[in-house]
Amino acid sequence: MASSDDRSALARSLTSRYSEWIAEALDELPECFLITDPAIPGHPIVFASRGFLAMSGYAMDEVLGRNGRIFQGPATDRRSVMEIREAVREERTVQISLLNYRRDGTPHWILFHMCPVFEAAGSGRVAHFLAVQVPVPPRSRARSRSRSRSRWCGGATGMMLRACRNELLMDEGLGCSRAEESFVEMPSGGVEAEEPPVATDCEKEKAVNAANSIVSTLNRYSKITGRVVCGKRCCPVGVPLLSSSLIISLGRIKQNFVLTDPHLPDMPIVYASDAFLTLTGYSRDEVLGRNCRFLNGPGTSLEVLKEIKDSICAGQACSVRLLNYRKDASSFWNLLHISPIRDASGKIAFYVGVQLEEGLKCSYNGLSPEMWQLGAVGAVKVAVRGSSLSAGPSRPSS
Amino acid sequence: MLTIKRVPTVVSNYREDAPAEAAGCGRNCLGKCCLPVSKLPLYAFKEDPRSLISSSSSSPGEDEAPPADFFLHTLLLGQWEDRMSRGLFRYDVTACETKVIPGEHGFIAQLNEGRHLKKRPTEFRVDCVLQPFDPAKFNFTKVGQEEVLFRFEASGSHKSSFSERAPVDGTKAPNVLAINVSPIEYGHVLLIPRVLDCLPQRIDPESFLLAFHMAAEAASPYFRLGYNSLGAFATINHLHFQAYYLAVPFPVEKAPTQKIPLVEGESKSGVKVSKLLNYPVRGLVYEGGNTLKELSDVVANACICLQDNNIPFNVLISDAGRRIFLFPQCYAEKQALGEVSQELLDTQVNPAVWEISGHMVLKRKKDYEEASESYAWRLLAEVSLSEERFQEVKAYIFEATGLVEAEDKEVGKKESEEASCQSTPVGPPHFPEGCLVLH
Repeated sequence: MASSDDRSALARSLTSRYSEWIAEALDELPECFLITDPAIPGHPIVFASRGFLAMSGYAMDEVLGRNGRIFQGPATDRRSVMEIREAVREERTVQISLLNYRRDGTPHWILFHMCPVFEAAGSGRVAHFLAVQVPVPPRSRARSRSRSRSRWCGGATGMMLRACRNELLMDEGLGCSRAEESFVEMPSGGVEAEEPPVATDCEKEKAVNAANSIVSTLNRYSKITGRVVCGKRCCPVGVPLLSSSLIISLGRIKQNFVLTDPHLPDMPIVYASDAFLTLTGYSRDEVLGRNCRFLNGPGTSLEVLKEIKDSICAGQACSVRLLNYRKDASSFWNLLHISPIRDASGKIAFYVGVQLEEGLKCSYNGLSPEMWQLGAVGAVKVAVRGSSLSAGPSRPSS
Repeated sequence: MLTIKRVPTVVSNYREDAPAEAAGCGRNCLGKCCLPVSKLPLYAFKEDPRSLISSSSSSPGEDEAPPADFFLHTLLLGQWEDRMSRGLFRYDVTACETKVIPGEHGFIAQLNEGRHLKKRPTEFRVDCVLQPFDPAKFNFTKVGQEEVLFRFEASGSHKSSFSERAPVDGTKAPNVLAINVSPIEYGHVLLIPRVLDCLPQRIDPESFLLAFHMAAEAASPYFRLGYNSLGAFATINHLHFQAYYLAVPFPVEKAPTQKIPLVEGESKSGVKVSKLLNYPVRGLVYEGGNTLKELSDVVANACICLQDNNIPFNVLISDAGRRIFLFPQCYAEKQALGEVSQELLDTQVNPAVWEISGHMVLKRKKDYEEASESYAWRLLAEVSLSEERFQEVKAYIFEATGLVEAEDKEVGKKESEEASCQSTPVGPPHFPEGCLVLH
């Protein structure tokens, strides 16, 4: 489970944008929905509605900080999962039938409707994703599926199962649907998955309306903090920020590193990993937009700084040893590796700086610290190349 | 004999005249001389991760297995980046321009002018999917150890582990992961099962499962493994799988599929088979299965059926080993018979597994700039079997893998009877015997 630090980061994700009252307001909404924050590593759930918890059987504590994939199971259609993943990458709305699993392991069909919630001003980036879930009861499939079911069961057993099923279907809405599903599900381990139910227009509309009403609640509360959000992408002004798909990819990389943008004046930091913040003691807001030189101080070698500069001018990687300072003024020897990072066009888009504190006893799972460091470089290269290749609307290549 | 002239891609820096320097034969290679005395890094993978995930019984008390992203993000990419900094690759693939071709399918095109070596084309026999290993030709035992990232072996426990220097156990032929020195994307590697056993390019259940384990260890939808049979653009007749990292969906992964209903009871393993729809190459999609091995075995048997029947094919292991695409193909045959248009031949694209999956590597700037969805579609359509032939091949595969297609009530009876009579051996492929075609 999440530590208390993580827990407060999850809470802050909502309160810093929608005020302290947001949780209470969201709790009053009857719909089943989740809110996730793509800027936090792992793209975790930061809010789950009462309706969702009731439907899924989870407690709030069990879902906060987790990724939405925990609700998927063996019979969840992989192509649907891919469609959702791509919608996140491309920062767009998606509506799709999905087989999710409750806490007790029983599967159930939902209409999954996910939409991005954008910052209305500033960078216009995705602040959160909202995922509304409308349960799709099995009744719409009963007719078309009875045949395949009897084929599967074969003979008398099939007839019996079908009869039971129909009886249970009539009871639907009386709280029997769970029993019905587990009864029919158990022997096959996935028959339900094979034929996605057709969501009715009414259910689709219900999902859209729910999303609109939640976004409007978020919009209302965001006005309290002045960090306004809305359901439509607004034109970014000023510095183009990284797309949320890139931020999600970078968030998975555990090493200490920063990305700097050589195309902006003074080559500012545009991304800093959590591990970097832990190492240096700064908060994200304190480092984004600044040149890395704030890490330097008395005794930092000018020669080494020149070497770094020359490598960057030549578009080449370099490894150096540099005296750096934390926010609390304590110093450390930084085994720094810097490498150019090219985007899909093949041009240098960023430089990555991966820091390694000399002499730090740390587990690299059997790898040498140098290899560990290079792993971050590779992972960043793949992330940048992939995200700049997507047809997504963020960050048009310059 | 059907052959075509091919310029094989250089996958290794191996040279006959390399200077001697180390122990063994002196070249520090992967042969019987050097590998058994080597101390390459070793990644030992856990037993069937799928059953572990479903039981989700992680035991935090025991000492640390590497985190889930260690294999891919740290080890593989770190080693690869290290080889890049040592200058072992023929070019920086991240400097190659790549784009998504506008259109419904999102084919991916890469301009790679460096991959195409100016070397005399060699003649490839394309009418024979199974050919014996030839020690005289290039094979991976000749590769230098610096091109190996690590060994990849079963740990024999429920946990993966890694050690940076591990002596090779003399009794077992090691599996190695080597770089492809002509990468088509970042992290392009070759998995070579039991390298010292000098297996020809031929699927066997054990090696196929090894590839599945690698996909599962990588645990990323963007790290895929691929296999090309001989006759389907494998260029080296030494058993290997390819893999690389590209963080976008492949068009084939986005293509809709239609589940092929199976007679229940036949599919106890829970493996689902679908056919690709709305895609230029006809293919089968395998999913599900209660364990990695169940899914792997079904697909491996399908591959074995194809190679035994001399039908060239490509396999894509996608979604961390959860979705497998199988494409029987006939491009080389058409090419050798002179049935492919000059316009397509001129682009010199060899439709192997990556191309078929929708990732095209183009060698000429002009082709890259003009690449359109209709071009990609036309090229791939040439690869595909005809609907009639595909149905035929599908029937062989189903029979070989013990799956029985459940038909619709009306048509069903007749066709299933037909299928059950289908016990006669598969006819020879459609090549005229002894025909030699050169370009």
